[in-house]
Amino acid sequence: MSQSLRPYLTAVRFSLQAALTLSNFSSQVVERHNRPEVEVEHTSAELLFAPMHISRNEHEQVLIEPSVNSVRVSIKVKQADEIEQILVHKFTRFLEQRAEAFYVLRRVPVQGFSISFLITNRHTETMSGAKLVDFIIEFMEEVDKEISEMKLFLNARARFVAEAYLGEFVY
Amino acid sequence: MSQSIVANFKLVKGPIYSHCFSQDKRLLAITFGTDCLVYALKAQGAPVLVATLPDHDKIVTAVDISVHGRIVTCSQDRNAIVWEPISDGSYKPTLVLLRINRAATTVKWAANGYKFAVGSSARIIAVCYYEQENDWWVSKHIKKPIKSTISTVAWHENGILLACGGTDGYVRVFSGFVKGLDSKAQAAGSPWGDKFPFGALVHEWYHGAWIQDVEWRSSLEKLAYVAHDGSLNVTDSTGARFSTFSPEGLPFLALTWINDHEILCGGYSCHPVLFTEGSKGWQFSANLDKAGPQPKSPSTAGSAGNEDSSEDLPFGLSALQKFKQLDLKGKVTTSVQDTTHENAIAGLAPFKSTNGSVTEVSSCGLDGKIIIYRV
Repeated sequence: MSQSLRPYLTAVRFSLQAALTLSNFSSQVVERHNRPEVEVEHTSAELLFAPMHISRNEHEQVLIEPSVNSVRVSIKVKQADEIEQILVHKFTRFLEQRAEAFYVLRRVPVQGFSISFLITNRHTETMSGAKLVDFIIEFMEEVDKEISEMKLFLNARARFVAEAYLGEFVY
Repeated sequence: MSQSIVANFKLVKGPIYSHCFSQDKRLLAITFGTDCLVYALKAQGAPVLVATLPDHDKIVTAVDISVHGRIVTCSQDRNAIVWEPISDGSYKPTLVLLRINRAATTVKWAANGYKFAVGSSARIIAVCYYEQENDWWVSKHIKKPIKSTISTVAWHENGILLACGGTDGYVRVFSGFVKGLDSKAQAAGSPWGDKFPFGALVHEWYHGAWIQDVEWRSSLEKLAYVAHDGSLNVTDSTGARFSTFSPEGLPFLALTWINDHEILCGGYSCHPVLFTEGSKGWQFSANLDKAGPQPKSPSTAGSAGNEDSSEDLPFGLSALQKFKQLDLKGKVTTSVQDTTHENAIAGLAPFKSTNGSVTEVSSCGLDGKIIIYRV
């Protein structure tokens, strides 16, 4: 782990721990509804906290939006070039299409971010809070590794294909 | 298990938002999903389920038992139900006409057991009492100046002053005087005022963070509350306020007075915290049920699966451990849970007391446990 990654992840960890103090809160606007207040338009302002924006550099950022019964965590994954952009897009799309299996994953990321999680009071009541934080932190650690591995693999494959294809023209 | 635990009951698989013991501590009522469960306590072993109170169709948010043994439950389906015990051990439900159109969040009996208050998301507190001629529970509303959901209410022992707190960040004291039920003598000589017409705002404090719990100390005329900023505050009729903060920074969800100079709080840190009033005001005093930093024994370190320890294992075992790690991808177990509650503590209540000082406190948690702590 590089020197600047550790404080970044520590900041995210402690912000998440503070944000995951959720309670079961029924809507005070719509009758008999219980919905994640962070996702609702025109909600009562007192139920939302100020969002926390943690930024390592312009490519790697985390936005944590807490509310009374839900937290939205959005992660911007490092994208240095066009290949990485494509890879991140494909990778997050693959996960988002299987969002049910991940429970806390949001189907559509927040504008400007690669992937978003939505953690509600139902999740914190059925899962261990520490493990949820661990999951997000581990995801952040792993996703960079995964993307660069995929990029290496893609380059190797492209080189092999190009060699095989262009080999036809060698006399 | 640590020294301070008297009993630990894992009753249900799901959060318990509220619990209450009957006056004689023989019955225990808890909320569980859309039901309220009533248990009988045994001298030895786990409590036995004696009744399920099933009439609500959304999450039951709070339960309370009166001095007469009547159980009141309230739910997010906008209703409250009073359950009258009948001789065969079952309960007869009576719907309360709350006249609110949002979730009911909290309910508390007055000390005399003839009326109760229901807090709601409709920005209303309904004070309910039994009307003989119509044979039902009717309610009177306190509306102004509440701006948001009421999350907690508490009655003063005189049965007139009603403290409440909610997500608008105000702690307010109202008068819950019901004509024909209460007498003016109950609040005679109160430092909070001399006239208490129903619904009058007696006092209010602006705190700024969501208020999670309020609790009276009637003999001292003091009010303690915990807020979502992690603070414990004690205040009185002059408006003077002492604040102190959670040592771990995580907010408290519940508090209970131990004696005149001690308060026990519980919340998202999963273990109770004791605060004491000294010469310098209220201060953190002790953590209950929290193991200090323990020396790492090799047996516990091995299961965490660090690579160094697998080197000196025999061949077969290291392979086994490797596949175990593959299986458990989320292997990072940063901290082993060192508290008995595995999730936040949602409620605290005095369980046993000797000469004015509480010696045992019961707690309910989002992990479905009821734990009794020795203070």
